[in-house]
Amino acid sequence: MSLTTLERPSLQAPPAAKRKGRLFGALLVVSTGLAIVVLLTLLVDLFLDGANRITPSFLTNYPSRFPERAGIRSSLLGTVWLMGLTGLITIVVGVATAIYLEEFAPRNRITRAIETNIANLAGVPSIIYGLLGLGVFVRGINMGRVLLAGAMTLSLLVLPIVIIASREALRAVPEGIRQGALALGATEWESVRRQVLPAALPGVMTGTILALSRAIGETAPLITLGAFTFVAFDPTPLSSFTAMPIQILNWVVRPQDEFARIAAAASLVLLVVLLTMNAIAIVLRNRYRKEW
Amino acid sequence: MTGSPPDHRTTGVSGPGGSPVPGPSLGHRRRPVERGIRIFLATCGVLSILITAGIIATLAFEAVEFFRQVPIWGFLTGTKWSALIQPKTYGVLPLVTGTLMIAGLSALVGVPLGVGTAIYLSEYARPRVRNTLKPILEILAGVPTVVLGYFALTFVTPVVIRWLFPGTGFYNSLSAGVVVGVMIVPIIASVSEDAMTAVPRALREGAYGLGAGRMTVATRVVVPAALSGIMASIILGLSRAIGETMIVAIAAGFRPNMCANPLEGCQTLTGFIVEASIGDTPQTSIDFKAIFAVGVVLFLMTLVLNVASQRLVRRYRQVY
Amino acid sequence: MKRTWMAVAVALLGLAAVACNTQPAGDGEGSLSGAIQIDGSSTVFPVTEAIAEEFRAEQPGVNVTVGQSGTGGGFEKFCNAETDISDASRPIADDEIEACDAEGIEYVELEVAIDGLSVLVNPANDFAECMTVDELKRAWEPDSEVTTWRDIRSEWPDEQIEFYGAGADSGTFDYFTDEIVGEEGAIRSDYTGSEDDNILVQGVAGEENALGFFGYAYYVQNTDKLKTVGVDGGDGCVAPTDETIEDGSYSPLSRPIFIYPRVDALARPEVRAFVEFYLDTVNDILGDVGYIPLTEADLQASKDALSEALPEGDEDGS
Repeated sequence: MSLTTLERPSLQAPPAAKRKGRLFGALLVVSTGLAIVVLLTLLVDLFLDGANRITPSFLTNYPSRFPERAGIRSSLLGTVWLMGLTGLITIVVGVATAIYLEEFAPRNRITRAIETNIANLAGVPSIIYGLLGLGVFVRGINMGRVLLAGAMTLSLLVLPIVIIASREALRAVPEGIRQGALALGATEWESVRRQVLPAALPGVMTGTILALSRAIGETAPLITLGAFTFVAFDPTPLSSFTAMPIQILNWVVRPQDEFARIAAAASLVLLVVLLTMNAIAIVLRNRYRKEW
Repeated sequence: MTGSPPDHRTTGVSGPGGSPVPGPSLGHRRRPVERGIRIFLATCGVLSILITAGIIATLAFEAVEFFRQVPIWGFLTGTKWSALIQPKTYGVLPLVTGTLMIAGLSALVGVPLGVGTAIYLSEYARPRVRNTLKPILEILAGVPTVVLGYFALTFVTPVVIRWLFPGTGFYNSLSAGVVVGVMIVPIIASVSEDAMTAVPRALREGAYGLGAGRMTVATRVVVPAALSGIMASIILGLSRAIGETMIVAIAAGFRPNMCANPLEGCQTLTGFIVEASIGDTPQTSIDFKAIFAVGVVLFLMTLVLNVASQRLVRRYRQVY
Repeated sequence: MKRTWMAVAVALLGLAAVACNTQPAGDGEGSLSGAIQIDGSSTVFPVTEAIAEEFRAEQPGVNVTVGQSGTGGGFEKFCNAETDISDASRPIADDEIEACDAEGIEYVELEVAIDGLSVLVNPANDFAECMTVDELKRAWEPDSEVTTWRDIRSEWPDEQIEFYGAGADSGTFDYFTDEIVGEEGAIRSDYTGSEDDNILVQGVAGEENALGFFGYAYYVQNTDKLKTVGVDGGDGCVAPTDETIEDGSYSPLSRPIFIYPRVDALARPEVRAFVEFYLDTVNDILGDVGYIPLTEADLQASKDALSEALPEGDEDGS
């Protein structure tokens, strides 16, 4: 590590540099603000369209051909189940993979190939994962068109995100932490479990949040592997299922105007679910956030 | 500074004669539990290879069927794609330019906004501001792409783009590209910000101590130190942008062309996959099998992108 | 730390409690039980959904699920014996017939309703009241020389036409190109297509010189924003209305939509009851979803086809 790349300013920065610094700061605020402005515009758009359609009966009714009677009960439950199962699978498998690659795997070409491979998987379009899920889970091991197959497929889709984010988090833990634990007589796994992993937890949580955020909004792969749209009972992991983005897509395409309103309402509910999921992860992230 | 990441299994210390001193002997502590855990971890490591094998198998099987009827050379070099409309031609280049156009536009939007936001959150913002803004951004990552697609079509195109460039088409790749760019901002920002926050404070304090301003510290100290994480986030974001299906299918339209003009509609590789897969085309037909051939092209494109960027990252990564 | 985990656990338990709480399904006295899986066209979906909704009120023990993978996707799963009924907005294709035969799947083709494919213009358009099939063909065929209204008819204005139509992967598109252009899948390359007809509504409603084709159901919901063009198929100009589509005088653009039940699935009492219920009830609900009923004769033909296909023969007569 070297600081030779730093300029050597005089102790009192000249006004030009100060101005440049302030301009830079302003630019950063603008760029942060821009993304947030877009989000707010979208939210306001959705809110104006559908907020007043979110009633208790909207949440507890099954779908219907009459928009006044249609509800998101089955799709909401489907989404919640999917997120729970996907979250579980991706955290366990994703963090394990990251730990393996970062802490235990030998530094050879095979490991590098695996890394490149994982980054590549992040770019495969979601429908291909749907086809994979259909071939392997629904038909291959004969699970059928059940919710668990959907969760497993979504896990495959977002696994790269968790793996990559977790790896970066593990990498950022200073070497001294590991060496200190080893020097005190811990095994490698103990060092990872007790010291490295907790230190890397915030990054892992970020990866999980991004992964679940991606998974919650996916439509096409679920339809491809066999999710239904009209489901008039409460789905469970081993039953047929539907999910909210599928229901939203179905309503948006209907000719009756009122369906567009309840599609907006459903989108808002989806975001609330997302927010709740994220809140849990964020609480964990903030608790463990360390600054070295 | 170049270097390879540390191998945690040696002490990094050289003994007399120059050979590295081995780590402490762990033989007596290696319980079966530890062994079992290692096996589990290794299995997970191998899992990703299985996934790729599965994807390649899924794609290759049907793609081979497709290429039996459509010559590969014409497919790879043809400049006209018309899979569902007569006369049927299968030149994939228009779709490739479409994907590149959207990826380029989204990078132009997403990378500066994403990295800028990350720098702001990690170096400038007060902790309370950061803890509020970061989750808000992550909500953006969770908006269903269906909703974003319709937002691009029904709001961004008429209100924003037509205002700036009157005469823009109903479908245009600018709208889709911008929205995809905004969609990947949370990915880039969040992972970059984590990487930047993890840079040891000592580095920053040293620079401040030498009289450097915030901008200098941010751009000359923190960003280079966190470069590996930032590059990883950008690669993740771009991969996501290339693989995005719904937004481009809804907002960029269904007319494949050589995509030179962002103000016109343009179909991407992923847009075609969506169009042909959830519709009424018989799945036994050649048009449906075209999906798999297109999938192969996409897979190879992201592979090239990733190998190139891995090389780049390895060259510039800092270790401290 | 422990408190956070406990809170999470409590939240999850609460969620599980809600999830496992089954809602009483309806007041029907039906005693059938089982599951029926239906998948296929998103055009037929609203009809099947409506029937499933009504059926549930009568037979709450039967779980009917309906998907929208598209006609192609639906047949693929159907010929793999993964669904009991396939919704289709076009007849089954030859390749698909082969696939079903290879798996030994027998089915029966039942017409259930009519979708009136409409030609639409902007309400400000006061000259295009009627077009012949030939004029439409000249306007829509590939390499068409038509760019302005005057190219279709010399009295019409010299303004450039904006073309809108159903997306290339829909049954609507296939049917229109087959009937009007004469070759399925052949169409001019510069039209704005969409799989979501709502977008086409917006397109035509927002553009004075628009000319589009899409489903009648979308016109019915937007009569203030759109204007239909009568089609002259050789017997004079006929505008699409509920009556003209039903009695067949609006031709050639009325197209039937289908369901395909599997014969071996029909052996199950709940599936048989559902399909019979479908044909008996479909005309009552079509008004809600925007399609047009079959003529009495055609509906009876479907019912007869069903009785013939039923495994043990029909004792009750339907």
